[in-house]
Amino acid sequence: MNMDSETYKKFTKARAPKSPIIKDCLRAFWVGGLICTFAEGLLHIYKMLNMTEENAKTLVPITLIFLAALLTGFGIFDDIAKYAGAGTLVPITGFANAMASPAIDDKSEGLVMGVGAQMFTIAGPVIVYGVLTSVIYGVIYWLCGVIG
Amino acid sequence: MRVLRLNHAPSIVGYAAVVGGKEHEGPLGADFDLHDDSGKFGMDTWEKSESEMQRLALNLALSKGELSYQSIDAIFAGDLMNQCTGSAYGLLSFEKPYFGLYGACSTFAEATMLSSLMINAGYFRKCAAVSSSHFCSAERQFRFPLEYGGQRAPTAQWTATASGAAILSADGNGPYVTEVMPGIIVDKGINDINNMGAAMAPAAIDTLTAYFTETGKQPDDFDLILTGDLGLEGLSITRTLMKNEGYDLTKVYNDCGLLLYGKASQDVHCGGSGCGCSASVICGHILKRFAKGELKNVLYLATGALMSPNSLKQGATIPGIAHLVHISSEQNG
Amino acid sequence: MEWIGDLIKAFLVGGMICVAAQILIDKTSMTPARILVLYVSLGVFLTAIGVYAPLVSFAGCGATTPLIGFGYSLAEGVKKAVDERGLIGALTGGLTGTAGGIAAAVFFAYIFALIFRGHPKK
Repeated sequence: MNMDSETYKKFTKARAPKSPIIKDCLRAFWVGGLICTFAEGLLHIYKMLNMTEENAKTLVPITLIFLAALLTGFGIFDDIAKYAGAGTLVPITGFANAMASPAIDDKSEGLVMGVGAQMFTIAGPVIVYGVLTSVIYGVIYWLCGVIG
Repeated sequence: MRVLRLNHAPSIVGYAAVVGGKEHEGPLGADFDLHDDSGKFGMDTWEKSESEMQRLALNLALSKGELSYQSIDAIFAGDLMNQCTGSAYGLLSFEKPYFGLYGACSTFAEATMLSSLMINAGYFRKCAAVSSSHFCSAERQFRFPLEYGGQRAPTAQWTATASGAAILSADGNGPYVTEVMPGIIVDKGINDINNMGAAMAPAAIDTLTAYFTETGKQPDDFDLILTGDLGLEGLSITRTLMKNEGYDLTKVYNDCGLLLYGKASQDVHCGGSGCGCSASVICGHILKRFAKGELKNVLYLATGALMSPNSLKQGATIPGIAHLVHISSEQNG
Repeated sequence: MEWIGDLIKAFLVGGMICVAAQILIDKTSMTPARILVLYVSLGVFLTAIGVYAPLVSFAGCGATTPLIGFGYSLAEGVKKAVDERGLIGALTGGLTGTAGGIAAAVFFAYIFALIFRGHPKK
């Protein structure tokens, strides 16, 4: 086949079927939006139960994480995610699924090197980069305070 | 000359295919010898399930060919798992000389080719070619955990839960492996794991054009030209580019990855892949059609994508390979 | 009925943040892990430059539930800790602010890993 790599790459890229972006976005919008609405509703309920603002705000993501991990265990989360895409990935539910799914899968490699180590294969980078950027921000914020 | 003509063409005397639930639901479901809808095959890990599938496939192939395991001189086998453990554990109990192969999805053709060459050369009388893949073990190794929520790209393929085994013998009444042609590693710069069809198609085109050029044959000389698992995208690339080379594949060409699943209803996007995909289609479906006399002359061209999870993370391109096996009902066909 | 307005705002803002990620998934070859890393870092950055806090007070959980909100909690935690403890707060604040979520994710993932086994996809 006398086609060079560049031409071939362009040829395959141009002909490959594209993701149905409008449909994907609509689904991500309503599912993602609904999860956030559910969270907001929970917050109101927790506050009605005379919880302090701070505790309620902490308990909302914890509830979502619990539910996402539970649905992951039952094997339902991935079915929803196949439909919703970023709608379940981006809310904290995606983070919980990213931790629970390798933990469940890698139980066969034992509780330490399987569950313990593999839990962070997907979610680890989120914590690493989140902490990294927040420390950098903290140092800059401190410097601004000292100088200014 | 890359085409190797087998003067003492070995005969395929036993064959069997074992599949999971999704494959059994597919259009070829009734052709497979054994299936387990749960994909577990009675085992507690997916890796063991895959090994068990190989063991079952080879046992079934032996019994269908009315052969005892002692009659086998050597086994050529492979799978997708790290260090080919699927084959090593699955074939342990046969206690036979064993050659572990890695050719990704091309493994079954590689195993069949090497078995045929060894028999043709007179070193062995009977050899077994076995390969397998399991959706769950492959997904864990190459993509994401099973329960991970993600969307698959439209060009992505589905790793088949399947295993196929064939017994090749110096004597028998066919069908025969009359020609083989080892593939060359071809890399045209594709690095998208979700478009493996595009990564492997250049290898298929290279092997096919070289075969037609050397032998002077034409696509229409065959009842069927069957690529391993290029899927819908790879098949259509191959068809288009082969036409540019002057070979019209329209009438005789199909792909194992497409045959295995009903595309629209089963949501497998571009079709099946994995070492077990073409193995099960050949050993379940194609060889049965030979036995019924529906097929007499088939070019089987298994394609493999030779990347690893680490090479992908490093952004390396995906090299492809395509091994050709010519199966004919005539010993000198 | 102020809370109905809160729910609608959470729906719209949360939904739009997800759509932005979906466009990235479909239009670029970014893997989900990269998108999550981008979002959490973006959350810290937007909070640092003071853009995100107003969105949180407008949309509530619509802004805090997406992973950008995780970055927001990290940054807010750091800010509070630096105010109270000085430079050492840069190291202690982030994880303090997000401790509940991370501990919950570890705990529940572990418990469910003990109970469940992976299913082959349909």
